[in-house]
Amino acid sequence: MSYYLIAPQITVAGFAVAVIMLDLFVKQKRLLPIVSVVGLLGGLGASIALWGQTETGFTNVLSVDRLAIFFSVIFCGAAALVVLASRDYVRNNFSRFEGEYYALIMLSVVGMMFLAAARDLIAIYVSLELVGISLYILAAFGRDGKSSEAGLKYLLLGGVASAVLIYGMAVVFGITGQTSLAGIYQAVAAAGLGLDNGMLLLGVVFIIAGFGFKIASIPFQMWVPDVYEGAPTTVTAFLSVASKAAGFVVLIRIFLEAFGQDLAIVSGWAMIFAVLAVLSMTIGNVAAIVQTNIKRMLGYSSIAQAGYLMVGLAAVSKTIGAGVTDPEVLFGPTGLLFYIGCYGFANLGVFIAVIAISNKIKSDSIADYAGIGHRAPVIALAMSICLVSLIGLPPAAGFLAKFYLFNTAVHHGLTWLVVIAVLNTAISAYYYFRVVKVAWFGTSTSQEAVPSGWGLRFALGISVAGVLVLFFYPSGVLDIARSAAEAVSGIALSAP
Amino acid sequence: MSVGVEHYLVLSAILFVIGMFGALTKQNSVVILMCIELMLNAANIVLVAFSRFLVPGTVLIDGHVFVIFVMVVAAAEAAVGLAIIMALYRTRKTSDATEINLMKG
Repeated sequence: MSYYLIAPQITVAGFAVAVIMLDLFVKQKRLLPIVSVVGLLGGLGASIALWGQTETGFTNVLSVDRLAIFFSVIFCGAAALVVLASRDYVRNNFSRFEGEYYALIMLSVVGMMFLAAARDLIAIYVSLELVGISLYILAAFGRDGKSSEAGLKYLLLGGVASAVLIYGMAVVFGITGQTSLAGIYQAVAAAGLGLDNGMLLLGVVFIIAGFGFKIASIPFQMWVPDVYEGAPTTVTAFLSVASKAAGFVVLIRIFLEAFGQDLAIVSGWAMIFAVLAVLSMTIGNVAAIVQTNIKRMLGYSSIAQAGYLMVGLAAVSKTIGAGVTDPEVLFGPTGLLFYIGCYGFANLGVFIAVIAISNKIKSDSIADYAGIGHRAPVIALAMSICLVSLIGLPPAAGFLAKFYLFNTAVHHGLTWLVVIAVLNTAISAYYYFRVVKVAWFGTSTSQEAVPSGWGLRFALGISVAGVLVLFFYPSGVLDIARSAAEAVSGIALSAP
Repeated sequence: MSVGVEHYLVLSAILFVIGMFGALTKQNSVVILMCIELMLNAANIVLVAFSRFLVPGTVLIDGHVFVIFVMVVAAAEAAVGLAIIMALYRTRKTSDATEINLMKG
């Protein structure tokens, strides 16, 4: 058995157990976040060490290809930043359960890393539930009724979504007799099935519904605003980046590896994603305008961002159908991967600033952010840069991410989709800028400074640095994203 | 009349629809959890039926393995769900999903 292939997962899981043990036996609670960050950085390092690995292990159930490693790095990095930023928040809100909090974050990272590597429906389902159940508990971690309510809503809707997903997987198994993605690919190709086959269409739609819940796409987004508002802010930060990325990596893998047979079937599901993208970005942006709570506003903004990201899943048809003859035509998932990296830094930056501010003012209402620019200039400046990146304006990474993604979509003949997306970007500028305006030009009732710990400042610094570096030097990450996306498209591209 | 795969599929479709309807309309959180279990079991029936009938004369073991995993994970999920309902009941004295509405908008 090639256990070294799952070294990152083993590392993080081992440290998660170690954190629980330390919590039981050691009085020094400030060790816990340090040990967690060390574990997560260990997982990150182990992932990077596996880059370039092409072996598949465990009877082909897990593959440690570049796509899996790219996302493992995102999961570990996002979790490490959240842990760094959450020390004061955790101490103020649930100091009795510090160990469990850090351990659950790490366990959900383990699930996400397995999810990124899984190439079998059973493995995908089990890792998805490891992620899901850890996050349900984390969402209900706060002591107030709102947090329990968020946890319950997340769990009940998540349960329905995973039941729908399982039904879809069962139907796909019924058509093909296979649970491995490669097996499904061959069986569907051999039988010459397309999406005009009712059973296959049902399976595909149910699978999209199941993961649409994870990525917060319309019409499976009912949980997003409530859970984002009610869950502890640190958990919301983690949820908004890592959980969404986990949903997208599985969608990329399932649809390219199992349903990438020919142009007809690919353009069929690509059209489903295009329609969902339009609905998500439009409804998310319009609903975000009227929000008064910043976490709820960021919830709707994350629905809209899921819409932009799905443009990358819609822009695949030409590349696969033509078998990549034209190097000028970018591959949709490449743009999606780059976008997820930029979105991750920017969204984490905003949430870390929100954590710092709410530690002091104990409020998430946008009106209470008035004058924060004078009370905490550095934090407010960092938050403003990250918000500018979420809009997609220079000089922040979000601009390039949107540029690459939309450019790709135009090359794939999706001009109508890009027009809608750009219009939506204009709408989104309103509510993102409103926060910036209130923070800098509002008059605050208090002049007290907003304190922040070194861990939080460091995490905020990394996020802002990421946003700026990805704008000025995108080529390195873009190359990595390209080779990661090509790792998974290899099967589809080599097909006749 | 012999029982074939389509009988199982119809049964599972009926169970799935009942579960979905219940999950979307019931008021008590515990009953919603039960409806989710019903949907999961509908999927299990599909998996087992296809394992048995897809290739005549043989049993596809993958489907059975899948069912075992689904059952185990569903148990874990139900445990967490009941724990959260308990936590909520302590602060709010209700498990009625229509009264769990601190957040709106």
